[in-house]
Amino acid sequence: MVNNNPVSDLLRTDRMPHIWCSGCGLGTTVNCFVRAVAGCGLPPDQITVVSGIGCTGRVAGYLKLDSFHTTHGRPIPFATGLKLANPRLKVVVYSGDGDLFAIGGNHFIHAARRNMDMTVICVNNFTYGMTGGQVTPTTPTGAIASTAPYGNTEDPFNLPYLADSAGAVYVARWTTFHVRQATKAMKEAIQKKGFSFVELVSPCPTLYGRRNRMGDGLDMMEGYKENSTIRNGADTRDVGMDISGKIVCGKFVDRERPSFLEQYNTRLAARLGPSYKNYEGVL
Amino acid sequence: MKADPKGVLTGAHFLDGDHACSEGALSAGCRFAAGYPITPSTEIVERIASRFPQVGGMFIQMEDEIASSIAIQGAVWGGAKAMTVTSGPGFSLMMEHIGFAAMLETPCVFVDVQRAGPSTGQPTLPGQADMMQARWGSHGDYEIIALCPNSPQECYDLTIRAFNLAEEYRVPVMIMMDECVGHMTEKVVIPSPEEIEITERRYTTAKLGEYRPYFTDGEMVPPIAKAGDGHRFHVTGLTHDERGYPVMSPEVQEKCVRRLVDKIRLNAERIISLEESETEGADVIVVSYGITSRVSVKAIEMARADGIKVGHLRLITAWPFPEKRIRELVGRTGAFIMPELNYGQMFFEMQRVIDGKAKSYLLPHGGGTVHKPEVIYRTIKEAALECRPQVEESAW
Amino acid sequence: MAEAKETKGPRGMVTINPDMCKGCGICIRFCPAGVLEFSDEFNSKGYHPPRAVRPEACTGCDLCGIYCPDFAIFGILLKTVA
Repeated sequence: MVNNNPVSDLLRTDRMPHIWCSGCGLGTTVNCFVRAVAGCGLPPDQITVVSGIGCTGRVAGYLKLDSFHTTHGRPIPFATGLKLANPRLKVVVYSGDGDLFAIGGNHFIHAARRNMDMTVICVNNFTYGMTGGQVTPTTPTGAIASTAPYGNTEDPFNLPYLADSAGAVYVARWTTFHVRQATKAMKEAIQKKGFSFVELVSPCPTLYGRRNRMGDGLDMMEGYKENSTIRNGADTRDVGMDISGKIVCGKFVDRERPSFLEQYNTRLAARLGPSYKNYEGVL
Repeated sequence: MKADPKGVLTGAHFLDGDHACSEGALSAGCRFAAGYPITPSTEIVERIASRFPQVGGMFIQMEDEIASSIAIQGAVWGGAKAMTVTSGPGFSLMMEHIGFAAMLETPCVFVDVQRAGPSTGQPTLPGQADMMQARWGSHGDYEIIALCPNSPQECYDLTIRAFNLAEEYRVPVMIMMDECVGHMTEKVVIPSPEEIEITERRYTTAKLGEYRPYFTDGEMVPPIAKAGDGHRFHVTGLTHDERGYPVMSPEVQEKCVRRLVDKIRLNAERIISLEESETEGADVIVVSYGITSRVSVKAIEMARADGIKVGHLRLITAWPFPEKRIRELVGRTGAFIMPELNYGQMFFEMQRVIDGKAKSYLLPHGGGTVHKPEVIYRTIKEAALECRPQVEESAW
Repeated sequence: MAEAKETKGPRGMVTINPDMCKGCGICIRFCPAGVLEFSDEFNSKGYHPPRAVRPEACTGCDLCGIYCPDFAIFGILLKTVA
């Protein structure tokens, strides 16, 4: 079926068509991701994908890479163990806003704090899609959700700010309209040493979009085009999103800091002297 | 295959159970550990934190037990032998991931140094009240293996056994220690590496592109793969078929989950390990495990001095439960006594297996300390009297 | 299952797998050269897949391919095919 599509080498075509709705942005993010993987200069056998639970979590099952569909909120600690057992692997966590920042919030900030060498791609559709459109920590104040039928009464996280302040060394946000920039950001994030975070704003037309009268997937993409501005290097404090729909996109953070393993080895070598052999994996 | 000499601290040592467990892991080839501090287990990871950098291992203190219990699984899929360590409250947090390990068939080891509970309980005092939780704590159907050391030496030996069983059956294995055994200091003999038998992980030999993660070809346990070898496999906690892909049908549910249960149940006799003393021909048998077995030995000594024919059956493996052996003994034994540091856990399993064909006595204890031998001794006497009423009491 | 349809222009070729399409319309809207529009046919799921109505305008940029959430369409620059 899709076998003649040039990216099908990295897709499990035996499982197509996928389960995502018409107009859902997840497939678009996957297109960007497989092109980023193809262009990042690393052998695909070395790239492993770890996902959590939710619509975004299903990405792992459609990619033809070593992939792990783990428990809700916990792809990051699983990825930590995977990476530390074999540091030669390039580990990418691919999950949703609820999975990574509600139940998974604690794991996110600690992995960022440690500067664990991994890439976290968060597809932010402002909802828990798989379970019917409940509110998440990124749902804008006032937006309607199945568990906030009178409008969300809480303020959301500003994900780039959270990632930045927790210690991430690469932070970017794009939407599924900005496919070229999103592809480039994913590539840079994969190639970057340390904890890299890419937020991808994506439509959920079936739930978030419908309840908030945003039209279908195409209408929501048009909305991203109309309402987004690109401000590379912006202060992450200023890029929060609200119900107005205005989105600030760009590469906000790209800095250097020793990764977890670099710090670990440097300090142990200093402490234990020449008898210490750098840790490079269990095998 | 023999142990890697790098991790083996050959010699006679004076160690507590916690420290002995760490050495057991090192001898077994464990090179990844993740944990979170919790009394009375913390010393295990403290020793590991100190020893691992010397032998090429990686220990990371994670932000909580939930992270620890899944970080070890990531490490396993990256090629490591991995262990985490906790006590009651942390064990409760790990339950979802024990089920995840069972579902993905991830070989890994969980140590629970039990303390008095429930909830925060008595962190520095012993209990044995997590035994049922070890077996049933996660949701859904699955089987695990649980081992109960009763000495620091066994903490060392059974940790190695736990890793070997985990690899053989691709299952999470629980080491159910208790605070007494964990904090008592005794002689621990660590042999030379050539004397230590290690079960290696059975990796797939399938050609690239042909590996199916859960294809078994009639065996009970499929060979595993690790990330980075080019197999491009997918595994998920969703019910899955042989390809590892999620499938939502009753037929696949049966096929997928039935084997998780059967691989342990049908191999129970090969997994179960018991220590028996004079059980053949006994009128009364004391069934015990962990620290309580040490007290039981004293009580049995006292009862045998009175001429009572009392046997001792010690559960070295608590799960799977030794149904076959107990059923064999039931026909010829009048009574079974189980002392445990809880209000009845393994006792109900024993009672179920006895099925009314012999008397069963529970000696409960809330924990915080251990039974007094006299208490067990009195019950042995009472049970023996009830079984053989024709024997004159004056004989004792 | 309908066959994939290739439509060649002088510079680019677009391939459409009609049965993969879920009719979202994104490729049609965001093709910079206006090559595509909804066809009148139905695919097996009842959607109208796109068709290349102006193949000569196709530049092979593959924006349709990157956008398509269902991997149902892609474009190729003809220089690379040769």
